[in-house]
Amino acid sequence: MESIIQGKAYVLGKNIDTDQIIPAEHLVYSLSDPEEVKLYGKYALSGVPAAEAGLPEGNRPFVEEGKFESEYSIIIAGPNFGCGSSREHAPFSLQVAGARAIVAESYARIFYRNCVDGGFVIPYETAEQLSKTVLTGDELRIDIENSSVTNLTQNVTYTLKPLGDVYKIVMAGGIFAYARQENLMNS
Amino acid sequence: MVQTITQKILAKAANRKFVEAGENVWLNVDILLTHDVCGPPTFDIFREKFGPGAKVWDPEKVVILPDHYIFTENEHARRNIDLLRQFAEEHDLPNHHDVGTDRYKGVCHVALAQEGYNLPGTVLFGTDSHTCTSGAFGMFGTGIGNTDAAFILGTGKIWEKVPESMKFIFEGEMPDYLAAKDLILQILGDIGTDGATYRAMEFDGSAVYSLPMEERMTLTNMAIEAGGMNGIIAADSVTEAYVKERTEKTYEILESDPGAEYHSTYRYKVEALEPVVAMPHSPDNRATVRSVQDTRITKSYIGSCTGGKLSDFVMAARILKGNKVSVPTNIVPATVEAAQSLETEQFDGHSIRKIFEDAGCAIAPPSCAACLGGPSDTFGRSENNDLVVSTTNRNFPGRMGSKKAGVCLASPLTAAASAITGKLTDPREFLS
Repeated sequence: MESIIQGKAYVLGKNIDTDQIIPAEHLVYSLSDPEEVKLYGKYALSGVPAAEAGLPEGNRPFVEEGKFESEYSIIIAGPNFGCGSSREHAPFSLQVAGARAIVAESYARIFYRNCVDGGFVIPYETAEQLSKTVLTGDELRIDIENSSVTNLTQNVTYTLKPLGDVYKIVMAGGIFAYARQENLMNS
Repeated sequence: MVQTITQKILAKAANRKFVEAGENVWLNVDILLTHDVCGPPTFDIFREKFGPGAKVWDPEKVVILPDHYIFTENEHARRNIDLLRQFAEEHDLPNHHDVGTDRYKGVCHVALAQEGYNLPGTVLFGTDSHTCTSGAFGMFGTGIGNTDAAFILGTGKIWEKVPESMKFIFEGEMPDYLAAKDLILQILGDIGTDGATYRAMEFDGSAVYSLPMEERMTLTNMAIEAGGMNGIIAADSVTEAYVKERTEKTYEILESDPGAEYHSTYRYKVEALEPVVAMPHSPDNRATVRSVQDTRITKSYIGSCTGGKLSDFVMAARILKGNKVSVPTNIVPATVEAAQSLETEQFDGHSIRKIFEDAGCAIAPPSCAACLGGPSDTFGRSENNDLVVSTTNRNFPGRMGSKKAGVCLASPLTAAASAITGKLTDPREFLS
């Protein structure tokens, strides 16, 4: 795991549920077949209503029509990101589309666990209302060791909440890698 | 040390006397549930991470209940049913309720109860967020993703953070115009869709304990809609009677200690509550039905794990008897048992199926159907600008299919009354 994540921001509002992240009709594709996996990238965040996609203007799809990857790698969101269903296809689709990290005010439990245990994207929390200040397309830089995010476009740095208990799982790359590292899978 | 019922169950599963809210503990899992949407990717992760030849930790403890995309021509969905079958055969799993056989049951959360898998004091993890439904049996049930499920499949263990508990007390005698759905929508309006994130929601009070098991399951089912880790109702004689009718397995009844600590406590008098609806596009967007009663709807939907049980259909039949629906009204029994009960259960001298058919409803075979949209040929899927009144549990944008449609969550009483008039209607209009 590298110590810096840098890329363009994609800004969303509050209560982005897993049906918006990956609509249920797309849950039928294989998560292991490389060709079918691309479809999860294509449809990532395709359920977000157009007016709320890519704030503040909206009408900016996460993945452009006809493409399988996003130009944005850091998602900024309000509270309760990932609420709703347990589908692990949700953080998976964000990863396939090219997202590396999410910075939200809070998360729903199952989505948060899935991000961490599956090693898909890093779910950072922050007390700042970044979805009100960061603009979609701003260049951001996350410093993992120092738990901070810098908006390079606006030249301002914000504190992220430490990953705490799950830091080691995130650094290992998921629960399986972590469990092997800590000898938890033999008992 | 005093503990809540949730702490006690988790302590037992961790081989401890006491666990504290906020600590991470490793738990021994009693049952792992999966279905056709999340089973195949879970099995892929299991194979990849544990290697070829790896064995499931305990075949008796794995329950596979395909239910999401069953009656569809979608080739990918059908492939998922085949993948479940292959894995179950390969690992000799006795509790696979395969599609197209007499072992097919229907929607997993209701089938778990009906088939005797729910036992007080036990710990259930499932690859579905509504696994919290099983908490109605005084047990711990919660949803997880595929990776966590694959980990359990190989080890029988998983880590969990012991939740703080919130208590919701409903006192009084349930009026005939209210259903459990009204109670949980009331709570959601009060605390919001993240009001219980990472917490246990414990239900208590005379009105809760007056409810049959199926109605209690409607309460615990929607704990996840407030972000709750689990919903829970301590077992009583009603629970025991239900369980003993279905299994001879042993269980342990646990309850919260007097003086146990709660994050917060909410008290309600049911006589003071009104039929409510959650308007688009969030389960916490509560309104009394009367305050939105002129809202035109295009469809009514009575089905799902939270709204497709026999008790839900009996309520709908009370309203629909002798009336005609004025908008397309779709009935989807959660399970085969619920579907059969439509024939055998009588109301006012007629089978419930007959009452629904005479009213002009369409009745589908048991599955999750349009609750979550699904493939384009899914029964009851919303289209275009539909506004559906539905007994399901979620109404986020696009939930029942069409991205332009809206869903109003309501009790079976309200969904049935609204089906007759074509606009949101308080069931008291038909009960007086």
